[in-house]
Amino acid sequence: MKTFISAAMLTTTIMAFTSPVLADTIFLSTQLRPIEEATAVREQILQGLEGKVDYVVEEPPQFAVRMEAERQAGTHTISLVGALHGELSPLADKESLEPLDELATKLAGRIPQSLLDLGKLGKQTQQYIPWMQATYVMAAHKDALQYLPEGADINALTYDQLIAWGKTMAEKTGQPQIGFPAGPKGLMARYFEGYFYPSFTGGVVRTFKNPDAAAGWEKFKELWAVVSPNSTNYDFMQEPLAAGEVMVAWDHVARLKNAISAAPDNYVAFPAPAGPKGRGYMPVVAGLAIPKGAPDRAGAEQVIEHLSTQDTQLLTASLVGFFPTLDVTLPPDLDEGVALLAGAVNAIQTSKDAVISLLPIGLGDKGGEFNKVYMDAFQRIVLRGEPVADVLEAQGKVLGQLMADTTAPCWAPDAASEGACPVE
Amino acid sequence: MWPGIRSFRQRRYQMTSNRSWTPYLLILPSVAFLALLFVAPLVQTIWLALSENGAPSLANMRTMVNDLNFVPSLRNTFLLALAVVPVQVAIALAMGTLVAKIGAGRETILWIWTIPLGISDLAAGMVWLAILQNTGYLNSLLFGLGLIERQTAWLTYQTPVALFVGIAVAEIWRGTAIVMVIIVAGLNQVPREYREAAEIFGAGPWTRFWRITLPLIRPALQSALILRTVLAFEVFAVVYALGGRNFPVLVGEAYTWQNQNQNYGVAGAYAVLIMVISLAATVVYLKAIKVDPERLP
Repeated sequence: MKTFISAAMLTTTIMAFTSPVLADTIFLSTQLRPIEEATAVREQILQGLEGKVDYVVEEPPQFAVRMEAERQAGTHTISLVGALHGELSPLADKESLEPLDELATKLAGRIPQSLLDLGKLGKQTQQYIPWMQATYVMAAHKDALQYLPEGADINALTYDQLIAWGKTMAEKTGQPQIGFPAGPKGLMARYFEGYFYPSFTGGVVRTFKNPDAAAGWEKFKELWAVVSPNSTNYDFMQEPLAAGEVMVAWDHVARLKNAISAAPDNYVAFPAPAGPKGRGYMPVVAGLAIPKGAPDRAGAEQVIEHLSTQDTQLLTASLVGFFPTLDVTLPPDLDEGVALLAGAVNAIQTSKDAVISLLPIGLGDKGGEFNKVYMDAFQRIVLRGEPVADVLEAQGKVLGQLMADTTAPCWAPDAASEGACPVE
Repeated sequence: MWPGIRSFRQRRYQMTSNRSWTPYLLILPSVAFLALLFVAPLVQTIWLALSENGAPSLANMRTMVNDLNFVPSLRNTFLLALAVVPVQVAIALAMGTLVAKIGAGRETILWIWTIPLGISDLAAGMVWLAILQNTGYLNSLLFGLGLIERQTAWLTYQTPVALFVGIAVAEIWRGTAIVMVIIVAGLNQVPREYREAAEIFGAGPWTRFWRITLPLIRPALQSALILRTVLAFEVFAVVYALGGRNFPVLVGEAYTWQNQNQNYGVAGAYAVLIMVISLAATVVYLKAIKVDPERLP
């Protein structure tokens, strides 16, 4: 009798846990995690689909652990993943993503080819479909504009002008007013990889320790003198910006959006400054991929197609501030804050001196340590005041070893390489 | 020899032999539980730390030791433990002695004092962040009193002393309650007669405290010190909330290597290092604070 009862209980428990799982297409995402954004996805963006989609979010580190656990256990619950280019790269590296060439051919006319090719992650087959894109811009409170150096065009600033601007603001207001997201969860590493290095050296890996880089770091130290010392605590610049702790900030558009959308009349958005080699900028791409062994591949493909329609993409832009991957123009009645940010992105893309820096490709699960090379250099040179040449030499060795270990070839703006990208 | 005595002896022998393995049987479930959920992951972690690509290697240890945050995190963790633990024990002793003297309202006071125990580490960190950040309550208060003219930053890399003091105060606030609970339990076990006898012989309050109370609560003090010191070496959430990158500590580095750098081997190396330090501290306390075996529970 006892065994019967426990067996019955076990069966009902298993049924209770498995039946809804089988019915829904589970969509796991590292993007659009905050509750308002996730609700927008569940209640608006995913509407109009036939099957039921369960939208689940996970922080990037846990995402990696969960995907690895499912892969090792061979028990798959997730049919679709939405994650950044750099987060999908380790999965592709372990051959755990389904090739999506059919879908890619279907969408080829709508998504620009260069963007679609990013989704191959350096492989022969399509690993992910570009879902949303974003980039990093600067934002300033309008009160800061009065301190702009004479003759400076905010859409074409140089580093010297930014430093002069910062100095005037610090003098007039009594404290540094420029902020960077250099906190533990901030995206400062992307500033060095996509903005600082391309602007000062025209490269990222090859030029890591060359004389241009050394000169750039000296310039950056000058800039840092007028940067708020709280920057090493900032993760999302929209918070200090809205709180009035800083007047000028650099960050990811989605991490500036709340401050700007809340008071679009108070802010301006503009491109990051240009250095001697041009105006570096880094587009960010989030992609949709289907893990191997996905329980509902057909449902996942439907979701991808739904998310790639023009209407859904425009809706996504206005609700969450990520821009479409499709070749579309944003409608004029867009959320005012998003429109401001889109204006800044447009200003970068059309500026004559733009230097595009692609996301790292082929680093596998070493993306975190790649970021660490740049952040360690920053910490040692700027925060601890160690001699630039020594630090670049030491960190350059670490970077060289990392590139050799991963055999990742160079990506733009570095000149192409045969084999691992060298540190020159 | 009388047969009755013999059989009695035999019976007694059997009883004791039965009893000799009963305790082991009784602790078997917890041992199995520990082996499964503690020892197995421990062995895995040690292997993770001391291997690379499936072969034994010291590469992770080397990476850890050569990392630029290794020495600062080791120094910060030890400094924090050194600053926080003695203060916590002193405050807890004072609180315990005070509460022992109180009649009515004793429970209420104990309840209020143990509130920090019920708050999670990270929440405690956020509470103190709300006080100490630029737009926090401390700055509002100082500004209201006319002591500062504008927002002052306390938690930056440029103000290491203020940052350290802020973190230490937050840790003391958060962790003193657990020490106090153990010490109050120890104080309750000290028989009143000893103190009364000493009082009759003319011992003052200080003498009574040093000569009678303190020696008699040694076991409680030992447990409190071991627990608090081990927890001090594992400090993380409060530091993470207040100091972030500016104040590296050992557990924080393990977290960063695991989550941001995605290098589980080096994270494992940090975990092993923290465990070794904690074990060493426990041994030191067990040796330094000798407890009369008869007074052990």
